[in-house]
Amino acid sequence: MKNAIGVEIPEYIEGLGKLEPFQGVWNSIIEDEVPVTNISRTLKAKKPHVSKLCKNLEEAIKRCKPFDGMTVTCHHHLRGGDGVLMQTIKILDEMGIKDITLASSSLTSAHDGLVPYLEKGMITRIFTSGIRGALGDAISVGKLKYPAIIHSHGGRVRDFLTGRIKPDLSVLAASAADEEGNATGAHGPSAFGSMGYADIDARYSRNVIIVTDNLVEYPCVPCTVRQHFIDYVVKVDSIGDATKIASGTTRITNSPMDLRIARIAATVIEHSGLFKNGMSFQVGAGGASLAVAKFLREDMKRKNIIGSFMIGGVTSYGVDMLNEGLFHSIFDVQSFDAAVSTSVLNNPNHIEISCDQYANPNNCGSMTNKLDVVVLGALEVDVDFNVNVITGSSGEIRGASGGHSDTASGANLTVVVCPAFRGRLPIVKDRVHTVVTPGESVDVIVTERGVCVNPSKPNLAAKLKEAGVQVVDIHDLKVEVEKMTGVPAEKQLGDQIVALVEYRDGTIIDVIYNVKNLS
Amino acid sequence: MTPKFKAQAGTFESSDIMILIEPLEKDSGRKVDISSTVMLQFEEDIKATINQVLDTLQVQDLHLIAKDKGALTQTIEARVETAVKRSLGIQEGTM
Repeated sequence: MKNAIGVEIPEYIEGLGKLEPFQGVWNSIIEDEVPVTNISRTLKAKKPHVSKLCKNLEEAIKRCKPFDGMTVTCHHHLRGGDGVLMQTIKILDEMGIKDITLASSSLTSAHDGLVPYLEKGMITRIFTSGIRGALGDAISVGKLKYPAIIHSHGGRVRDFLTGRIKPDLSVLAASAADEEGNATGAHGPSAFGSMGYADIDARYSRNVIIVTDNLVEYPCVPCTVRQHFIDYVVKVDSIGDATKIASGTTRITNSPMDLRIARIAATVIEHSGLFKNGMSFQVGAGGASLAVAKFLREDMKRKNIIGSFMIGGVTSYGVDMLNEGLFHSIFDVQSFDAAVSTSVLNNPNHIEISCDQYANPNNCGSMTNKLDVVVLGALEVDVDFNVNVITGSSGEIRGASGGHSDTASGANLTVVVCPAFRGRLPIVKDRVHTVVTPGESVDVIVTERGVCVNPSKPNLAAKLKEAGVQVVDIHDLKVEVEKMTGVPAEKQLGDQIVALVEYRDGTIIDVIYNVKNLS
Repeated sequence: MTPKFKAQAGTFESSDIMILIEPLEKDSGRKVDISSTVMLQFEEDIKATINQVLDTLQVQDLHLIAKDKGALTQTIEARVETAVKRSLGIQEGTM
């Protein structure tokens, strides 16, 4: 069956079940009514004054009675510095547990070590919002038994609530926790800030273990994760390396190209009609998109604009803007550098939120639906304004869906920033290799060679032209770019589906086939 | 014409190409080795561009090594031309 963007979607996939085709951004979200059953919280019991402390992670996992075919979840707040997921998988493997579904909120460079576990069938299914590096390559050539499911951050919460993901064991790192499992990421030697993703695992998993390198006196204050959801607590020497939270994607770029694109994007925002007091704003991590914040900051000061709130994906750059009074508050689901945790801890206007409140399409108050402006990156865009943030130039999995489609769907103005070409590879295509965010929810694409406005927004195009912005037809831009770069050879793909891209409402928006040649 | 010296042009920067040329014995023809970050997408294009420049300059008996980081055609042409002219001793430059 074909979905709304013309992709052939299998009706059924062994090991994953029935699939629903994507039907449009809002088609499956019916007001005041959710057309699926939702799961109830696991009932648990614990007698008074019994200790939850275990002597090590192995003992805690044993007490959770792991079994073949179980679903294991972790959070990715420590990003490239995470030390807990690999420990968990290693312990389960040593116990002989197999056929595991891994449902980490995202997977990073810290998880390249998972490849051998895929190869031997210890891990057979993966649900996650991002896959990179050696793990991405391994899945791209077909080493995972069943196709990986790439969901958005909001979609993950929905997957928990509908039972699409049924977590049996959640091992959650915290930078401070007490003996009952009250836990936070806001302080301690390995502080990593918000625990917005982990909060969902804690609430809905059958067994929850808090792992911390910093066991504090009861009660742990403040705490995001609350004790009444937590089964066991383990003190370990290290939960990972909090200094590796900030990757290259979370700093302001020095690249003249990215700065130029960011400057243009800030001008687009300024003339969009939304640049006024009370504006809410989000920028994605990564090169040009984060740099937009730098120019927006200057423009806001110049025009005396005070914004309402920022959400994210919070960097120390965003914290600086909060402290300067440019925004009233920050809603923080994930802190992109360790320095942000101090602000989470001390600033009452820096509000930690769960991923449910951030982006779940099936609640009645997600922050993404209150967004005015979001600036997002792209690996590729196409003439229909679809955006790829998951597959690279060979068709390999090397990115993250993250909150891309969540924020794009909710924001009044969705701005995608990307260079027209990267190292000879044209970025504007007839069709992106993999659609993560549908063009229906993208308003403007900003490149160094012109700004493309979605034909569904003619008034916006007119406003920008009036302001002197170089507005170009995206088809013309594509031709111009290919004149310079040449047309790349077709990708060498197989016919095995290695991953499915799940839209935030649970439907399938695109499929990813195995790659024959990796560059 | 045949090269007299080892020569190079270009850098290892992104969007540039590094060209190395070494002279070969008479009647050895051309040996061209290419590695590129966009090999899968543009191998044939890069090969054709390099050979075209070598044809235009009518050079033979050389080993050309190209290390490409996604250079555009014009960049490749300029780097190859410069490397060839340096190897012929008709243009000054490094090596």
